[in-house]
Amino acid sequence: MRFSIYRYNPETDAKPYMQEFDVDTKEHNCQMVLDALLTIKNKMDETLTLRRSCREGVCGSDGMNINGTNRLACTTHLSQLKEPIIIRPLPGLPVVRDLVVDMTPFYKQYEKVKPYLINDQPQPARERLQTPEERAKLDGLYECILCACCTSSCPSYWWNPDEFLGPAALLQAYRFIADSRDTAHDERLADLTDPFSLYRCRGIMNCVDVCPKGLNPTKAINHIKDEILEKSV
Amino acid sequence: MSMKVTTLTFDTVIVGGGGAGLRTAYELAQNGSHVAVISKVYPTRSHTVSAQGGINAAIGNTEADDDWRWHMYDTVVGSDFLGDQDSIEFMCKEAPANIYELEHMGMPFSRRPDGKIYQRAFGGATRNYGGEQAHRTCAVADRTGHAMLHALFQKNIQAKTKFYNEWFALDLVKTKNGVAGVTAINIETGEVVFFQARATVLATGGAGRIFASTTNAHINTGDGMGMVLRAGYPLQDMEFWQFHPTGIYGVGCLITEGVRGEGGYLINKNGERFMERYAPHLKDLSCRDIVSRSSMIEIREGRGCGPKADHVLLKLDHLDPEVIKTRLPGIRELAMTFAGVDPLKDPIPVIPTCHYLMGGIPTNVHGQVLTMDANNKDEIVEGLYAVGETACVSVHGANRLGANSLLDLVVFGRAAGIHILEAVREGLPLNDATLPELDHALARLARWNTNENGESVDTLREALQKIMEEDFGVFRTDEQMSAGFKKLKELNQRLQSASIKDKSQCYNTARIEALELDNLMATALASAYLADNRKESRGAHARYDFTERDDINWLKHSIYFLDGRIASRPVNRKPKEMEPIDLKDRE
Repeated sequence: MRFSIYRYNPETDAKPYMQEFDVDTKEHNCQMVLDALLTIKNKMDETLTLRRSCREGVCGSDGMNINGTNRLACTTHLSQLKEPIIIRPLPGLPVVRDLVVDMTPFYKQYEKVKPYLINDQPQPARERLQTPEERAKLDGLYECILCACCTSSCPSYWWNPDEFLGPAALLQAYRFIADSRDTAHDERLADLTDPFSLYRCRGIMNCVDVCPKGLNPTKAINHIKDEILEKSV
Repeated sequence: MSMKVTTLTFDTVIVGGGGAGLRTAYELAQNGSHVAVISKVYPTRSHTVSAQGGINAAIGNTEADDDWRWHMYDTVVGSDFLGDQDSIEFMCKEAPANIYELEHMGMPFSRRPDGKIYQRAFGGATRNYGGEQAHRTCAVADRTGHAMLHALFQKNIQAKTKFYNEWFALDLVKTKNGVAGVTAINIETGEVVFFQARATVLATGGAGRIFASTTNAHINTGDGMGMVLRAGYPLQDMEFWQFHPTGIYGVGCLITEGVRGEGGYLINKNGERFMERYAPHLKDLSCRDIVSRSSMIEIREGRGCGPKADHVLLKLDHLDPEVIKTRLPGIRELAMTFAGVDPLKDPIPVIPTCHYLMGGIPTNVHGQVLTMDANNKDEIVEGLYAVGETACVSVHGANRLGANSLLDLVVFGRAAGIHILEAVREGLPLNDATLPELDHALARLARWNTNENGESVDTLREALQKIMEEDFGVFRTDEQMSAGFKKLKELNQRLQSASIKDKSQCYNTARIEALELDNLMATALASAYLADNRKESRGAHARYDFTERDDINWLKHSIYFLDGRIASRPVNRKPKEMEPIDLKDRE
């Protein structure tokens, strides 16, 4: 199969370019895009640079832009793709080298939403109770793998990467807003009422289309908006 | 030739940002200690994230009378009596408090109708010392590791732990006064730093990538074990590699034992539930070593499935679809993506797959690394700790119980943190390193930077993985193992002159993979040497030529040094509160 891959090494390249590779995907038993990329790296060109770890879609390392869509290389079947398969780094984040982007701005937005449980009550001797219904509110939120496919596909994030938190961070914000055990509920909402952090979301829903875990950040964002509205009425 | 190295100084430096490292870091950071975590990946990419089924603790939510002593009994029997009973007692007794602590940290456990943490059945878990199946495994659907790792990382963000993410640790800096810290390279820039610390903690995880087929992530390359061996300290029980009964056929991805805990079972080509024959009492929820051997025997005797009759099937289509959708959503996703089957309708093709290393860096219950003097007497390596899969406490002995690994991470991660706080208070010294001592810890990097025109990392890594897969699998013989060991030694010679073409500084992953290969090789050699050395079958180490457990000669831990010296350490059979658990045959 034919691949066209974004290459850029700041030490040797004046500017980025696309490089073509032909991979015998049958001979090398490649099922996923990651298999093909590792075949290129191992057998053809060891300088090809990418992140990868679990190779089963749970660690979130190998988010990249494949034929125009942000996805995980390890769970994207080659058989579903048209050739040449065009692979670029995630958009909207600075490129470090080849398919590796600088994730720092993404992580910064994540940390801004205080992504940890806050509970100011004394700790009980056993677990805090939570009904299955309360716990079910966290489904579709806690599974996020921080791959940045959503945030880096969001035009609102591209325009305001410093001020708009982006879909991944907002999904995490709601994961704690929705947790019956969290006592910082109101402060969390108050932190999101400025014009940018939350309200730059225009409901474009690219995030929903690309999430490799089938999560729905737009829905979480709308829940936050609803809760803020309810509080202000 | 000395490289230019910056020194950064901390009370504690932790290598590894998985469950164990993060638990130690949190203990230190929340108590105001000056701690840094070096991780070669952003912490949530660590392999803890892939743990699925759950974490054991006798909190009694399903069976109110559950007892940590029963958990201890199961763990000792599961270990085929090679686990240290004092360490196992400590882990099982501490387990409930650790689970409540994780819950308080925000870990989103699945819940029972009464609002308590959900607990499921798991392999080797019994009531009342070998009685009926117990439900002791606390779970977050089938994403328990993901939920645990994220919660621990999030609490470290809150505690303002200092992270050096995408930094790769090279080697321990050993001085005449003891361990002084580690050298590490910034993957993004190529900058090299000496992380000087009073306490150095290795939390570097497993090394499943020594096998061709593994459930393990690409990053599981035995980095801490390589570092320890090169510093002249030993590894323990490296012959004990767990093969998980249900890796996806042809791919290796894990399908949790929780599938069988929820009622799934294995079948052969005749549709027979074969575990009823091998283990009539616990059946599919027998210990992993037993189930994996049974599957391999089925395949060997011609009852395997598929055109090549080379795997078995995991059936769960008889379960309530709601159970699959709510308790096992992650494995349904994995089966559909990687095996092309929807487990609601069809069974999943599976095969025993390398999963977990029971052995590792020997430690006491405080995580302090142990070495041996010339008379084979235990010695504590002051200032050096190991926790998690890379450590061997030993709570898993010759075979780990499912859902005891996540428990190991938090119990001993916490214990090491507590011990370090105390040791630093009592004046654990900061050691200075001389330039030659630092150069020694940078020698590998210098070799890879300068070697030219050698064989490639890929060639040697593939050869290594093939040897381990073919000669050190579920069943072993002297003939295969000695041949395999010989091939590995030759490969190790070739590795010294291997080279990389990419010499750049910016995000050079070819160089990182080369440095990892050194660690894979060290781990594989230790495993091969000790495997051939142990002339018995125990737990995950099963031989055709010595088919029985031999408690007279082999009820002892194996110890291996890089120079080929082999020693042993007695198994602890003196728990503090419990009567010792007597040797018996396993089902």
